[in-house]
Amino acid sequence: MRAVGIILAGGNNDRLRELTEIRATSAMPVGSCYRAIDFSLSNMSNSGIKKVAVITQYNSRSLHDHLNSSKWWDFGSKQGGMFVFTPFMSKEHNSWFRGTADSIYQNISFLKRSKEPYVLITSGDGIYKMDYNNIIDFHIEKEADITILCKDMADMDVSNFGVIKLHECGKVAEFEEKPLEAFSSTISLGIYLMKRELLIELLETIIPEGRYDFVRDIVMRYRKRLNVYGCMYDGYWAAINSTESYYNINMDFLRGDVRKALFSQEPYIETKNKDEPPAKYNAGSEVKNCLVGSGSIIDGFVENSVLFRSVRIEEKAVVRSSIIMEGCKIGHGCIVEHAILDKDVTLSNGYTLKGEANNPKIIKKNSIL
Amino acid sequence: MRKKEMLAMLLAGGQGSRLGILTKTKAKPAVTFGGKYRIIDFPMSNCINSGVDTVGVLTQYQPLQLNRHIGIGIPWDLDRRYGGVTVLAPHVKDGEQGHWYSGTANAIYQNINFIDTYKPTYVLVISGDHIYRMDYSKMLSFHKKNSCDATIAVLEVPFEEASRFGIMNADGEDKIYEFEEKPKEPKSNLASMGIYIFTWDKLRAALIEANKEHNDLDFGKHIIPMFLEQNRALYAYRFQDYWKDVGTIDSYWSANMDLIKAVPEFNLYEDFAKIYTSSDHQPPQFTGPDADVKASLLSEGCEVFGSVYNSTLGPDVIVESGAVIRDSIIMANCIIGENSVVDRCIIDENTAIGKNVKIGMGENVPNKLKPKIYDAGITVIGENSSIPDGVTIGKNCVIYGITDATHYQDLRLDSGETIELDSEGII
Repeated sequence: MRAVGIILAGGNNDRLRELTEIRATSAMPVGSCYRAIDFSLSNMSNSGIKKVAVITQYNSRSLHDHLNSSKWWDFGSKQGGMFVFTPFMSKEHNSWFRGTADSIYQNISFLKRSKEPYVLITSGDGIYKMDYNNIIDFHIEKEADITILCKDMADMDVSNFGVIKLHECGKVAEFEEKPLEAFSSTISLGIYLMKRELLIELLETIIPEGRYDFVRDIVMRYRKRLNVYGCMYDGYWAAINSTESYYNINMDFLRGDVRKALFSQEPYIETKNKDEPPAKYNAGSEVKNCLVGSGSIIDGFVENSVLFRSVRIEEKAVVRSSIIMEGCKIGHGCIVEHAILDKDVTLSNGYTLKGEANNPKIIKKNSIL
Repeated sequence: MRKKEMLAMLLAGGQGSRLGILTKTKAKPAVTFGGKYRIIDFPMSNCINSGVDTVGVLTQYQPLQLNRHIGIGIPWDLDRRYGGVTVLAPHVKDGEQGHWYSGTANAIYQNINFIDTYKPTYVLVISGDHIYRMDYSKMLSFHKKNSCDATIAVLEVPFEEASRFGIMNADGEDKIYEFEEKPKEPKSNLASMGIYIFTWDKLRAALIEANKEHNDLDFGKHIIPMFLEQNRALYAYRFQDYWKDVGTIDSYWSANMDLIKAVPEFNLYEDFAKIYTSSDHQPPQFTGPDADVKASLLSEGCEVFGSVYNSTLGPDVIVESGAVIRDSIIMANCIIGENSVVDRCIIDENTAIGKNVKIGMGENVPNKLKPKIYDAGITVIGENSSIPDGVTIGKNCVIYGITDATHYQDLRLDSGETIELDSEGII
């Protein structure tokens, strides 16, 4: 129990369009049966973190539903637990969280009451599997004040990330959010480790100054005064930050190496159990290169797609290169290509829905077409 | 302590020897069913779905896997501060040596103290052997309405099959006046389902009285006849839905196959009264680019690159490319190697089938060692076993243990043959 965890799960993202109108990004369904936040929660639990705070704000209902019990991630213990914080009114505070640092500051008693020496801060939208003990060990070895988990993105476009340049020794030389000119291919994964007491001290300094953002006002502003290091991570990592990335992440799970890294090896990524029966393939079904969620019943043709739980594909329906979320029903003879169907969408018999490869068609939750 | 109106006693101690190798190291209620479930999940889920939140599970034969599965009852919401699930194993009592459970009613007799703790008015006695979905609270209403001392759930079976069951002969009000175990000439077709509700003080007194004469108390042999003799209010509660005893290899196999039908008689996909089970983790199931899956149930974590027809696959089964599985039950964590053919076969958990293996070939000859158990043309491969590459195996064969090419003659095992290795790997 070296660290407590904080998951900043308050945000949504305009670039996810209709998909996050109704939910926080951390609550985005991914990979047939997961929500984005499952990855951070499972990583923490699997790394021996016993106590975690989930800070929510934007449409927190969507997350509360998923986090209705801490038992799925083994946080339901006396020595620890999962604390879900939403903005609240009190004598001192009477506002929404004014930024990420403010959201932690408004719940600073969580930090003050903990005994663990370190605090690990992550976002709730990263899709990856990691043992956080690696970053803690790195942090201790380097005698760092703040350690940022980094990844080399090779020739990928990094203009939407925090770009970092590291010195040979691992110390951060430059750090800029969404730079116009990328000066490096290394990005911050939005995962930070520091001493719990240092965080309390910094928050108590910056908030009265009217500074509320964790990355800008703590990590960047103090990067020269404090020892800020970058710890490299080279496994699979992706963040849900646009419809494009959302679509691609789901399709990544059709790759054997990604499934192996994330799902089929211990420690496992855990999620809320919905007790659905096995997926049922009926006599006429034809399924090629698909993830299929439990409780689904398939009669039609499905190819290169991700089906979530309890999806119904009726006879003669054709689904290609699409993401079909929980509870959707694709009627007899429908054609669906390059589409993202949010939860509980019903397509009546014979409906045709076609998006484009680089611009999937999005259908809002509960639509009946 | 607070009172519970009704608690359930679930008899899960039986071996189920007619399931052969499948119950070698686990009790019958712990045997996998329908891909991801175990047989005991059905009565356990029925309990919680009927509002019965206190369940004593009586274990005896090979309880390890069952204990691990039940845990503290989390999957069934039976982790309660008061009540919940309690595993009751035979134990030593003051001033005596302790006894095994010698009969169904004896197991209840030995746990009178457990039941008394909750001061129940009624006790539900069920077993961990059957596949069905039932609302016990309706049966309890029937029991109360008729002011019964005991209610026995019955199923109307075809008359020609009635002689295989315990048959209740009842009057026009369904009050039972006679009980016949496997009658040659059945007078009625009301077969006992092994589900009883007793008014606890009546059962308690009967158990204590009957135990003075019999040390192997059984509900069918002793308690029910005794109730009838004493002219107690004993009623038959008619159940009119799917119920299947999965006591033999053939019935176990066909009950699994029932689930695969396009409109199954027993529907797992109902939103109400879900069947719950313990699953460690539930990754998505993947069907590969060249896979062909038809009329099958695939559980979480399965990765299929070959063909699967008319079969049920448990969690995390891997079917490699070119492999063909037909009319089979493959349990959790099995691997079916490249280009292997598995036909009418039951493969227990954690078993690896090599490449180019053929199972279920040749003539339908009953098993030579146990012809009564393995005669339906189904080959059964035990848990934690393995089959080497290139072997051809017949029908009604039994294989248990890590086998290699030396265990087979010319890489063949003819129909009806058995290879059973002990833990040292010796036949």
